[in-house]
Amino acid sequence: MNRYDLSKILPLSALVAALALAGCSSDNEEMERRSFRIDLVNLTANQPMSPPVALADDGSAWWSDGSAASEALEHLAESGDASGLINGEDGAVQAGGLLLPGMTASLTVATDDAQPMLSLATMLVNTNDAFSGLTAEDLSDLQPGEQRVLWLPARDAGTEANSESAASIPGPAGGGEGYNADRDDVTGMVTLHPGVVGVEAGASDSALDASHRFDNPVLRVTISAL
Amino acid sequence: MLKKNRLTSMLLAQAVALAVLPAAVSAAELDIRITNLTHGNHFTPLLVAAHAEGQHLFQVGEPASSSLQAMAEGGDLTGLNTDLAGLSADIVSNPAAGLLPPGQSTQFSLNTADSNTRLSVVAMMLPTNDGFVGLDAIAIPSEPGTYSWTLNAYDAGTEANNEVINGAGAPGALGIPADPLGKGGMNASGVTDMEVNDRVHIHPGVVGDSDPTGGISDLDSRVHRWLNPVARIVVTVN
Repeated sequence: MNRYDLSKILPLSALVAALALAGCSSDNEEMERRSFRIDLVNLTANQPMSPPVALADDGSAWWSDGSAASEALEHLAESGDASGLINGEDGAVQAGGLLLPGMTASLTVATDDAQPMLSLATMLVNTNDAFSGLTAEDLSDLQPGEQRVLWLPARDAGTEANSESAASIPGPAGGGEGYNADRDDVTGMVTLHPGVVGVEAGASDSALDASHRFDNPVLRVTISAL
Repeated sequence: MLKKNRLTSMLLAQAVALAVLPAAVSAAELDIRITNLTHGNHFTPLLVAAHAEGQHLFQVGEPASSSLQAMAEGGDLTGLNTDLAGLSADIVSNPAAGLLPPGQSTQFSLNTADSNTRLSVVAMMLPTNDGFVGLDAIAIPSEPGTYSWTLNAYDAGTEANNEVINGAGAPGALGIPADPLGKGGMNASGVTDMEVNDRVHIHPGVVGDSDPTGGISDLDSRVHRWLNPVARIVVTVN
């Protein structure tokens, strides 16, 4: 198996992971503190996913289809760096490492908000700017003991052209650059991802091969109310 | 921006509702939002129709009508509009006032008659030979609320997917009318001259290549491909 150079993919993740569940307290009876377990399965053939990050809060969206990505989302989608998305949020949790193809990661989020809205995100690291996740998913109706299963597609952040060049893909297939402030995509907005091409399909300068292709869904998320 | 649009649309919907209220009893007053989810494909003018059960603009596994063919190969809604008028359907034709670019949404209202309980949507996808985004006769919910569906890309089965951009949009004329994104190539030799499935089916996707001045395809494999779904429709039943 390839060795993954984490420094290219998640420069700040170690700091972020320490934030999990900080400040949890149950002695304020006016606050109803709710917890949710989130199990994530990477459904792709060969797209490692950057350490997934999740936050249940009052519902500010991390992206909107058809709108330009925030700089924080651009960092996540181009390099797997989620620190901007969860900047200053005590309730944010992040997996301790890459979510490899076929593997499962589990996160537990807790929130005091009366209407908990879940956002989570992860980068498909053998791409230019593909990510998956969900944003502002309303969990208020999910009662303890209940589960909700979501099959999620890959999105394109619209912040980097899908060149598939080794220099622009931070994952093991490329080993190249992650974040770059330039925005040179054909459509500068968040959309669903068109998929990757790969060298066998005629993109002779692509760093990707047939194993890196994917179809939707790419991520299964099971949310369990605790 | 989102909230503002919704508000505007609500006000418009109210204005329309007030205007038509004395005229007829409506089975449903719908606010509809359609989003192009693709990364590099435009939709030609959308056709959205509420019609009776048992009627269809297209059906998978069935040959396309000549009206559907004209829509799928060239974005021409004339035939389908005529067909639907004959069926007393409630239609919104071209709600986006032209092409709907990648990532963009269009929002509009549709009031339906009692008997028109099914909803269908079609629009050609550009650049393709005869690819279209479609929704086939879903039951319109009767309970007030907000409902969402995702739409797939279909192949009308009426034209070989040769992927040559040559301006051809009329039924029977082989080729792709245009790439509104401006990323198409030229002088491609053509991917194929055969359509192996002459019934409406899920589109196999486009191949494309990396050669803007030749190769097999005038499409760019890193720009014009897509994965399903290609659109989302959100229907609010008032």
